[in-house]
Amino acid sequence: MHSDVVVVGAGVIGAACAHALSVAGVRVTVLDRGAPASATTASGEGNVLVSDKAPGPELDLAMASRLRWPSLIASLREDLGAGAEIEWEAKGGLVVATTEAAAQPLLDFAAAQRAVGVEACAVPAERARDFEPHLTPSVTAAVHYPQDAQLQPVLAACALLAAVRKRGGTVRSGVAVSGVDTDAAGRVRAVRTSDGEVACGAVINACGPWSGAFSTAAGAPIAILPRRGIVLVTAALPATIRHKVYDADYVGAVASGDADLQTSSVVESTPAGPVLIGSSRQRVGFTDHLEVAVLRELARKAVALFPILAEVPVMRAYGGFRPYAPDHLPVIGPDPRVPGLWHATGHEGAGIGLAAATGRLMAELLTGAQPHLDPAPFRVDRPALMEAA
Amino acid sequence: MTRRVVVVGAGPAGVSAALAAADAGAQVTLVDSAPTVGGQFHRQPAGAGPDKVPGGSRLVEHPRVRLLTDTVVWTVEPLHSGHLVHVRTGQADGPGRHGEALTADALVLATGAYDRALPFPGWDLPGVVTAGAAQALAKGQGIAIGDRVLVAGTGPFLLPVAQSLVGVGAQVVEVLEANGGIRGWTPSALVAGRGKLAELAGYARLLATHRVPYRTRRTVIAAHGEDRVTSVTTAALDREWRVKPGTERRLPVDAVCVGFGFTPQLELAVSARCELVDGFVEVTPTQETSVPGVFAAGELTGIGGADLAAAEGTIAGACAAGQAIPEAALRKARRGRTFAAGLANAYPVRPGWRTWPADDTLVCRCEEVTLGALRTAARERDALGVRSLKLTSRVGLGLCQGRVCGRNAAELAAGYTGGHYDPSDTARRPIAAPLRLGELAEDPEKENT
Amino acid sequence: MNVTVDGEPQPARAGQTVAALLLAAARVSWRDTRAGGRPRGLFCGIGVCFDCLVVVNGIPDVRACQRVVADGDEIRTQHGAELPEARS
Repeated sequence: MHSDVVVVGAGVIGAACAHALSVAGVRVTVLDRGAPASATTASGEGNVLVSDKAPGPELDLAMASRLRWPSLIASLREDLGAGAEIEWEAKGGLVVATTEAAAQPLLDFAAAQRAVGVEACAVPAERARDFEPHLTPSVTAAVHYPQDAQLQPVLAACALLAAVRKRGGTVRSGVAVSGVDTDAAGRVRAVRTSDGEVACGAVINACGPWSGAFSTAAGAPIAILPRRGIVLVTAALPATIRHKVYDADYVGAVASGDADLQTSSVVESTPAGPVLIGSSRQRVGFTDHLEVAVLRELARKAVALFPILAEVPVMRAYGGFRPYAPDHLPVIGPDPRVPGLWHATGHEGAGIGLAAATGRLMAELLTGAQPHLDPAPFRVDRPALMEAA
Repeated sequence: MTRRVVVVGAGPAGVSAALAAADAGAQVTLVDSAPTVGGQFHRQPAGAGPDKVPGGSRLVEHPRVRLLTDTVVWTVEPLHSGHLVHVRTGQADGPGRHGEALTADALVLATGAYDRALPFPGWDLPGVVTAGAAQALAKGQGIAIGDRVLVAGTGPFLLPVAQSLVGVGAQVVEVLEANGGIRGWTPSALVAGRGKLAELAGYARLLATHRVPYRTRRTVIAAHGEDRVTSVTTAALDREWRVKPGTERRLPVDAVCVGFGFTPQLELAVSARCELVDGFVEVTPTQETSVPGVFAAGELTGIGGADLAAAEGTIAGACAAGQAIPEAALRKARRGRTFAAGLANAYPVRPGWRTWPADDTLVCRCEEVTLGALRTAARERDALGVRSLKLTSRVGLGLCQGRVCGRNAAELAAGYTGGHYDPSDTARRPIAAPLRLGELAEDPEKENT
Repeated sequence: MNVTVDGEPQPARAGQTVAALLLAAARVSWRDTRAGGRPRGLFCGIGVCFDCLVVVNGIPDVRACQRVVADGDEIRTQHGAELPEARS
């Protein structure tokens, strides 16, 4: 039988791993230097997207995760009752091109996705406003993705952690982990924390953008870098935007490694009323000064998509850091250099959506069960991760 | 090159800072959201000229002062050296205001403070307002908030509010001071505040003339009514501000004014990364914050009233313009701080207020989050920090962005979970004033050329 | 000045805030909240609390305590969260 697992990081990825392990009967302890779900998870939009991913391993993970979320929510509801409310909305996505040049690439992208099982329905440009009545009339192409969904990330992470506690696990905030202790054979036997040692048979690095630093402290560095994203929040509105609506440029921005600012307007209503507009992507290290140029660009694109938003108040902007690997694939699996050290990180801006399948895959790998999808593309000993570190 | 100094806030601190900086040779821009200078303390009747405000006439005539009224600062952006102050000028709250980005070699923040309101059953009924609201309405618009008005809270500010209400024809039924009043003053505060004492004695005489009872260790614990307040329950408090059972009394009123001290307007200071100590901006003797080139004066650095604010403004303005500390202002500021410390000591907010709200009392007025919902989020959702508390309960996520409820929610949650709720986290508002999305989308640089 | 409140003409003075105008017209509330439908009017009076929101000339979310009335203003009650009115 496995001894205890320590999960470092109480964001949505750590919470999903801890939850899946708890369900599998493993006793887990989740440690976070701050409060649960208060860093990267608190600065996301709650995207559960298949629409933005090209065919490949990340799309496979996204499809598995999209399939997994509803049953995960059902399980949370059984454990927690009303406490499982996470504002899940299977609202679908609408991706629009607003220039002639962007139209064909969008349709081609959708065709390639359809070939691997994504529901992607081309919508005639003149019918796009049947989907979104407030949309700009200058649409050149549109694709409807019924599988795209949304949830509220902090509620989701907190519900997963509450279920972990209910199943006998431990969640401790304000406990910083500074490294791991190994036995004579080099295997992890404990983590060192600001509150003493915590013995364990395995440790999962779910530190998000700070995973690189933790992996180094644990003696097995991997290259995980921060990428900054900023989201604008409007005042509460009546239900105005029905889908997750975004500009086709987004497709290019996600897969890119350029340090320069990239923005695309992903615009969506939330059940609480405000409209979220995001997101920008910048490689600026951990610099978190707000830049007006970035906010302006987000606003400009949102107003271009939905002209009615021009007279709506913006009340908040929030930013955060997303963890990415140089090859833009998540990292899920054991570290061959330090037995007992595992990583679950590198999900970039998609961690909320990918959390459900990531947690499940991690639990399968840790307990020796048959994995529900091929873990090889996410393995830790990829050259891109080891060499750059 | 001439130093460019931007002063935010045209109350006593900001006006003094602008004059001192301009006198020292700097080119000054003074920004305020109101149509005229004066701030809350020297608020003038609508349409009055600036000459009624101390320093006002000199300000408008000063060749090196540009006065930008009706102007909100919505964010401050750091530059390689100095700051860029992003403003919109025009009718509140837009759209169609004019945008501008002001370059500041030095920035003086004099954004002041606003009344702290504590939640109690019925505090969201129309007719329940802050003491500052009643004051602004009386002084600025010549209107009484009601005919029969209760004034309750803590601190000497309640007295001038009652006076203003009487001045516009309201009947003030009672003034309730939750602390012990003048009996709580330390001897050093009494000495430092001699001038203030005479002023307070004046208010007391006026209230006596109008037969307004002033009671200590008593407050309002509930407001009643259907769609507006029609009566209140008041009660005696013990030293921790818990209600003394059996002392409740019902009073018919049509308005209630509450003020439990003041909360500094911290968002610009927080955005600029100024260090805080005990919820106020930390400053050096030159009024410079922990961020070089950013100065703070007035209530941002501690609640101390108009005289202290003006002295601090003079120091901040002179030093922002590159001059040495003006000695006379420094002496005044020192004396003012002794008095301010005495005030803070005599009029604290005691933790017993947390027993006033009921489970269905709103803590957050914007998002309509009740005390019960806040407690559930904190305890059952593991909301152990400000960010997770906000996102699990929605407390502080409305248009006021936690200005009214942030501190109250943080203190309540800390009592439930023992988590760490940094009050400065509730003041993190990178967009300091809402603007319309179309205004944000405009590039003032391009428009103005 | 000619100003209307919920369609009714209302006398207004230069420099008057929308909140003062409404209070002078014996209105104590002019918004209802979006979840509970609770009536709201003036609260902080100095632009901090955003409780006194009102619709002016088709634009919602205007603070009545900060907005100064202008000739021809059409002021109306705000019901919960509203979208700006489409203008021709």
